Amino acid sequence: MSAPSGQTTDHSLDSFGDATASATRVTPGNALRPEDIALQDTAPATEAIAQYALRLGDDALIYSQRMAHWVSRAPELEEDIALGNITLDQLGHARSFLTYAGKKWDKTEDDLAYWREEEEFTSVHLVEQPNGDFAETIVRALFLGIYQHMVYTRLLESSDGTLSAIAAKALKEVDYHLEHAELWTLRLGSGTEESARRMRRALEKLWPYVDELFQDEPLYDELEGIAPRPSTLREEWTARLTDILGRAELSVPEVPFAMAYGRRGEHSEHLGYILAEMQVLARKHPGATW
Amino acid sequence: MTMSNTSNNGSSAGWPLWEVFVRSSRGLSHVHAGSLHAPDAEMAVRNARDLYTRRNEGVSLWVVRSEDILTSDPDAKDAMFESPKGKDYRHATYYTKSEGVKHL
Repeated sequence: MSAPSGQTTDHSLDSFGDATASATRVTPGNALRPEDIALQDTAPATEAIAQYALRLGDDALIYSQRMAHWVSRAPELEEDIALGNITLDQLGHARSFLTYAGKKWDKTEDDLAYWREEEEFTSVHLVEQPNGDFAETIVRALFLGIYQHMVYTRLLESSDGTLSAIAAKALKEVDYHLEHAELWTLRLGSGTEESARRMRRALEKLWPYVDELFQDEPLYDELEGIAPRPSTLREEWTARLTDILGRAELSVPEVPFAMAYGRRGEHSEHLGYILAEMQVLARKHPGATW
Repeated sequence: MTMSNTSNNGSSAGWPLWEVFVRSSRGLSHVHAGSLHAPDAEMAVRNARDLYTRRNEGVSLWVVRSEDILTSDPDAKDAMFESPKGKDYRHATYYTKSEGVKHL
């Protein structure tokens, strides 16, 4: 996840008032980067905050690793780039959260991503599910998009300044991810008979992993004012999902929930394969940079 | 490209072509940046965001169906664009200031 070295960012570039500015002008812009978080003096104040940042980081990291598989395989060139953008945004969120969490334990984002074992990952089962067909990818994006949008919105109020700063940056991007998922849900749900059938199948396949998103852990007793309790998000999440599905002529499926305990390191068989692919290079060539 | 092949097998041959215009900053005009395929206008704007504003290039986007643009005939260039040449009186600089006019 290391950025190529020697890259500098000049934040003073500004095209305002430049009559020669072209439509393809490139500026770096200004935003909170993982590199900035690494340089900050502030580490998470408590173990609970670090554990919480780890959860958000792991969700984004594993989701990103899963989604990366779409690159060059999407149904259209334009959609390929859209999915790739979302993948990289999520990787960026993962880097920020993991960098922040790692400061509590003297570990870098790379230590956490490449050198932990499967049972040390705290991501939910939803993000490790296979991409499936395009409908499954969109349904998972919709479930996760509403969830992340709500979590990051609530984190804006967090008394932990770094968490709220990362959330503020991530929220603008998740806003786009959610809209992307929503636009496709509407089109596929109300599209052809085949697209609607696939969406219904995808909803049934992924619904079992929804429950885990809203399970409280003892951890949250120590995060009062810092992070929202997952259970408090459930009602609004369900209302927002039901609204979107209703407009797409789809409905919440009647499928039982799965027993999923990703937060305490119990994963489905999928995560091992994901990690093997993600970690192999770093483990084979420790310390390598590119 | 006609509407009739927008609902074929789902390849991009069936998605209409859109022209993308990007405004790089406040006070400037939208400039043509390129084109893309999309199933409808809303998705075209989203795709344009991904394809043409990845590096902070813009603050506003326009998309328009390529087939909705009427272009001037390249073969009629002389008739279209030759006429204004030599007509300096269409430029403000052609005129001299009249005597006694203040604040000009």
